[in-house]
Amino acid sequence: MTTTRRIVAAAAGTIALAFAVSSCSSGGGDAVETLDPNADLSEQTLTVSIWADYSPEDLAEKFEAETGVKTTIVNHTTNEDIVAKLTASADSGIDVAFVSGQYAQALGEQGLLAKLDKGLIPNEENLYPEALDLAYDPGNVYSEPYAWGTTGLCYRPDLTGYDPTSWNDLLNPKPELVGKTTMLSTDRWLAEPALKAAGNSINTTDDDELAAAKEQLLKTKSTLLAYDDTTFYSKLVSGEAAMVQAWDGWCNYGIAEDPSIEFVVPEEGSDLWVDTMTVLESSKNKEAAMAFLNYILDPEVQTWVAENILYKVPNKAAMDALDPALIESYPTLGITVDELMEQEAIVDLGEDSLKYVDLNAEVLATN
Amino acid sequence: MTSTNHPAAPAARTVRRGLAPVPFLAPGMIYLILFMALPVGLLAFYTFFKRGRFGGIVFEFTLDNWVKLFEPLYVGVILQSIVLAGIVTLLALLIGYPMAYAIAGLSPKWRTVALVAVVLPFWTNFLIRTYAWILLLNNAGWVNQWLQGLGITDAPISMLYTPQAIVVGLLYMYLPLMVLPLYASLQQLDPSLREAATNLGATPWRAFRTVTLPLSIPGALTGCIFVFVPAMSNFVIPELIGGGKTIMVGNLVRDQFFEARDWPFGATLALLLTILLVIVIVVQTAVSRRLTEGPRRG
Repeated sequence: MTTTRRIVAAAAGTIALAFAVSSCSSGGGDAVETLDPNADLSEQTLTVSIWADYSPEDLAEKFEAETGVKTTIVNHTTNEDIVAKLTASADSGIDVAFVSGQYAQALGEQGLLAKLDKGLIPNEENLYPEALDLAYDPGNVYSEPYAWGTTGLCYRPDLTGYDPTSWNDLLNPKPELVGKTTMLSTDRWLAEPALKAAGNSINTTDDDELAAAKEQLLKTKSTLLAYDDTTFYSKLVSGEAAMVQAWDGWCNYGIAEDPSIEFVVPEEGSDLWVDTMTVLESSKNKEAAMAFLNYILDPEVQTWVAENILYKVPNKAAMDALDPALIESYPTLGITVDELMEQEAIVDLGEDSLKYVDLNAEVLATN
Repeated sequence: MTSTNHPAAPAARTVRRGLAPVPFLAPGMIYLILFMALPVGLLAFYTFFKRGRFGGIVFEFTLDNWVKLFEPLYVGVILQSIVLAGIVTLLALLIGYPMAYAIAGLSPKWRTVALVAVVLPFWTNFLIRTYAWILLLNNAGWVNQWLQGLGITDAPISMLYTPQAIVVGLLYMYLPLMVLPLYASLQQLDPSLREAATNLGATPWRAFRTVTLPLSIPGALTGCIFVFVPAMSNFVIPELIGGGKTIMVGNLVRDQFFEARDWPFGATLALLLTILLVIVIVVQTAVSRRLTEGPRRG
């Protein structure tokens, strides 16, 4: 099994709870552009931008064999990276872009995304009903979900000596675990444990709540082994760390090497992130783009994600078809849709996101 | 024709003959303008504007970026970087000088072997070498295994993810950059000067102290610059070997561009770093010139 990892699944995104209404009312044109269901796809070409190692290597060949569309796959490393490319010029040359939910919402609001022609994406019916009604894009007007998950504690019971249940287990570790824990330092995930432990929203913009979180995080900093967004699971495997803040899918990379590793969503709750597929308004090959989204939503194609990336997919048909042995080995794949829906979605905060940028800079730079 | 008052710098002065050098300088000047002046100018231009929501620049004039630079947080990181890079440079000098001195004294055949050995690590990917240090230094790593195996320590010593580990990582990474210019300056020394000193009754130590050492100072200063400059702006080692708990200016710049999407502030930090390093280089040049051309000190 290839435990493929994306360097910046880190940027694995998030959903926007608020602004749901605005995403319906604004964007790239009111009506769905009339697409020709009988268009000759072999006349069209497609450029798809996706995180490295986040899709099957032979995806382009297989899709081309199925539809005749000449397909080129290009990679981006982060949401910020692809969004900068898409907003820099009117025609980026990209037809389909993979971005996290909140970024899909922001791109849609800016009129950069095409409304999806559902007539050309019948495979949408394979999705969980919940995946059709996610707050960043209710009804999947601009985006189709590709993978989703949450964040929690990934730990080695043999080293912790107990099963952690709360973010406080990480924030104020027992004396014997000091110097044996790591936290994520990217984006909004750094503040998440402190905000959740204090009973606050992960989307708060309240200065007092953020100040309290900062104080807690500074206190926690002296107990950490390291901040780590990319190799935290290897530190667990090597025994360097006993407990790490981890995205569920990435904890699986640790479990793949050491089956004793466990994952828990803390009782105070966590976040829900969704990686989505979007079609650019500037695309001149929209029929091919819709066909591509439809192809991906085929259960057999999307099963690849769960089997190889070890991420949950919002595709009911694909998850139902998953080998139970895989869920046995990787319990995070067994987290149910209901459990996932209980988590708080990270909202795009617009200009207020700067508060988190400053918070991160201050926590990371203070000794 | 200007006259040189010191034998060690004969060539440098003969070039200055009116406009004659212009055709020779032009390619270099064009290169500098295209790849140095223009980008730095652009960087300086960006520092006066606001950040776009998704990165990029919003052209609304502001001085906020420069004000932000003087917040204690950023001043602290800059000072910390100077201290860390300074320690690395000093250690590199202390270790690199004897190395270069020894290499310069080898026979030509062994000298080549030694120089290749110094440069060899550069042929391996920088990230791989960094990860190798993680394997060496971690709690279950070789160093701890040896220490415990030899009975020197009972329990693993935490070495990784500390400021000291950053110093070790940077030192390892940039030591060759100290050794090579030092070797070049030591190797170029006219052996007859040392012989003269010995003939006049100086002990080997005194000959080294009064002849070799002063004449090798320009090489040492060049080495110091070669080590200090990249050490200041490195961000991979503080993150991987330092565990992201101690950050340097390089990390700040990287984070502004890739995480915060605050290009104007990133540009301001990068420009400040450039200015600091230019100052260091100007000082180094002035000191070297004084040492090689200035009046002999008593």
